[in-house]
Amino acid sequence: MIEVTNLTKKFGDFMAVDDVSFNVADGEVFAFLGPNGAGKTTTVKMLTTLLHPTSGTMRLDNIDPVADPEGARRTFGIVFQDPSLDDDLTAWENMDLHGVLYDVPDVERHKRSEELLELVDLWDRKDSLVKEFSGGMKRRLEIARGLLHDPKILFLDEPTTGLDPQTRNLLWERLRELNKNEKMTIFLTTHYMEEADQMASRIAIMDHGKIIATGSSESLKKQTNTDSLEAAFLALTGRNIREEDAGSSGHAKNMGRVWQGGNRR
Amino acid sequence: MKKIYYLWLRQIKKYLRSTPRLAGLLAQPIIFLVMFGYGFGSSFGGGSNYLDYLAPGIVGMSIIFTAIFSGLEVIWDRQFGFLKETLVAPMPRTDVMIGRTAGTATAATIQGVVVLIISFLFGFRPVSWGAIVPAIFIMFLISLTFASLGTVIGSLLDDMQAFPIIINFLIQPMFFLSGALFTLQGLPDWLSFISRIDPLTYGVDALRVLLSDIGHTDLGLGIDTIVLVVTSLFFVFLGGYFFEKIQV
Repeated sequence: MIEVTNLTKKFGDFMAVDDVSFNVADGEVFAFLGPNGAGKTTTVKMLTTLLHPTSGTMRLDNIDPVADPEGARRTFGIVFQDPSLDDDLTAWENMDLHGVLYDVPDVERHKRSEELLELVDLWDRKDSLVKEFSGGMKRRLEIARGLLHDPKILFLDEPTTGLDPQTRNLLWERLRELNKNEKMTIFLTTHYMEEADQMASRIAIMDHGKIIATGSSESLKKQTNTDSLEAAFLALTGRNIREEDAGSSGHAKNMGRVWQGGNRR
Repeated sequence: MKKIYYLWLRQIKKYLRSTPRLAGLLAQPIIFLVMFGYGFGSSFGGGSNYLDYLAPGIVGMSIIFTAIFSGLEVIWDRQFGFLKETLVAPMPRTDVMIGRTAGTATAATIQGVVVLIISFLFGFRPVSWGAIVPAIFIMFLISLTFASLGTVIGSLLDDMQAFPIIINFLIQPMFFLSGALFTLQGLPDWLSFISRIDPLTYGVDALRVLLSDIGHTDLGLGIDTIVLVVTSLFFVFLGGYFFEKIQV
């Protein structure tokens, strides 16, 4: 469903994504695990036509997002890491606009919007402007909106950051259902180990723009001789730092921060 | 079409809901009508005649300052994230751009009509009431031109700070050199050249022909309209082109 070969993105001298290759099978739940600035979001942005890669090829359901961005956009839905709601619209209007833009038929759109707003406990506030919402409420609305339509592939970029445990559990439950019933392929990035551990059938660990290990949680533990994913993660990312000389690694990290700061605008 | 309509509607809602902005956008033409209409008019002698000359210019002014906001809205949406939501939607990005731009252009046209009504309160009367409808069409062409120009600028900039500079160095000169406030006779050649490539010149001229029949050039309504149609289409295409290229 997702094929990525030698994908690279450079911002000036900084290698945000460095020669990354991976495949995600149809109906699979695939997780990108990595520290901040590892290149997870940049990879998702390239896959979702928001950024052009420096080199490498990608396929979403056999469509090249560079050559046919519009075709690629029809295959996926995405929940972004940072806010992407319209603060001047109400919760309901945000849902409705999203449903229209994503071709959800009228009857279904209204039904599902109501159902999802109930689910994230925002139905009472559906006619309030989003700018009156707290951070947590906005995040919940964002998740509800992301689940309004059934794309073939759902990208979730650190979806649970800033979510309360209740909503987090709701989200995972819902995602499991979608994955099972609709055979939806799910691509998520996270830095919560237990999330990747529970949800993903395969995990790619990313650091400094490179994928340093791929496999199921079990195989990653076996590979590193550890008994938890966290220990495996630390073993892998730790080893990676020792492989590079300290200077350039520190530099890359700083560049990563500069880039992230600039990106947030 | 439905998607374009929803994006259009979003712009209209945002325009109507932003009360401080609405107030500011209405205060500006009122201040100009008072300051120039009374102040300038009396120092030049024929007070009411100057209002007849001024009113279409002020309508044009309020339109461009509202329409150019489309650019700020692109930057704003980029900064606050909503732009991404539309950029990954399964639709051509040019449709996204058209919906947004048409929405802002419609808002700017409404603004123009409201300012025209305000100018009635100051004593302005159109030469014929039947000319109001074609005048609104001209207002929409001006709105579309500048809303698209705003989209071009907004697609190229990712920084709010740069936007006021654009307003100062592009929109202010375009406004002053359009003949909205004073006749353009006796300008140095280079300034008169700039005024001739300024689309607002043709917009204000057309509004004058239709509404006050005073102080217009001898270009004629036909030429004015053709120039406005061509430039608005040109900027819509240019806006679509640059909007397509946005990376977030």
